Amino acid sequence: MLLIACPHCGNRPETEFRCGGQAHIVRPVDPAALDDQSWSEHLFVRSNPRGVHAERWCHSHGCGRWFNALRDTVSDRFLETYPAGAQPTRSSEITSPEVPATVTQSTVTQARA
Amino acid sequence: MLEVRYRTARTLPLGRPVAPALPRGGILIQPAEAEARFSLRLRGPLSPGGFPLDRPINTVTGDDRRWVARLGPDEWLIGMPEGEADLLAEAAAADLRGRAHSLVDISHRNVGIDVTGALAADVLNAGCPLDLGDAAFPPGSATRTLLGKAEIVLIRHAGAVPSYRVECWRSFATYVHGFLQEAAIAAQPVERVPAR
Repeated sequence: MLLIACPHCGNRPETEFRCGGQAHIVRPVDPAALDDQSWSEHLFVRSNPRGVHAERWCHSHGCGRWFNALRDTVSDRFLETYPAGAQPTRSSEITSPEVPATVTQSTVTQARA
Repeated sequence: MLEVRYRTARTLPLGRPVAPALPRGGILIQPAEAEARFSLRLRGPLSPGGFPLDRPINTVTGDDRRWVARLGPDEWLIGMPEGEADLLAEAAAADLRGRAHSLVDISHRNVGIDVTGALAADVLNAGCPLDLGDAAFPPGSATRTLLGKAEIVLIRHAGAVPSYRVECWRSFATYVHGFLQEAAIAAQPVERVPAR
């Protein structure tokens, strides 16, 4: 079973946790000033990188606290967990979806899909 | 009248009388009697008199009858004999006067099931993925976790024999109790049938 290190409780089984999607999304200071395109992107468009991703997680069946985690979406390995509001120490490793960290060789089936 | 009905229901945690459990192969699963429980939420400095609130997260202080378990940075679960419930509410109100806090009586929501015996950790591990070894979960530990499909609070009291308290919601009590009983059967050492 995958173990996730809650900042409050230590290593705990993954079934106690709930994922809350991408972390570090900054709400616009003045939403009324945005056009529809920018506002909808803020609300709905999330990055979906192949590589390290910063996510919000909740230890819902434990201490009940939200925290952030760096997870590698390829290996499903948790690189780091840190309290909500903090910044990761390995922020340089976060993969931007526009710039894939690794060149992927897709098969014919994947390319068609 | 309603209060009387509630208190009667509390004495039957599974909604029906249960025959006294017999220890079977080093495991005893026994629904606890009616107890009072409180959920305390409090932020800020932890120095109210009379309550051991400033202990590490996921630990319990007190004995089998009166205990305070810290489940998170700002959450405590408090258990005590039912007769002392009113006293606690008064004492907490006096201690925490002027501070934003929430003290909720959840006696009717919670049911306790005691799991005692040498095989207790094996039985719980049938549905709970936590590491219950002495290093990871020593006596004095308490945490919220999962047992099968139900959310529970697991408390390990001190003692020579491993002794756990499973606190679950009343509507889950029948499921949790049945789950533990089946797990106890599965945890028994297999009697080897001699080959013919």
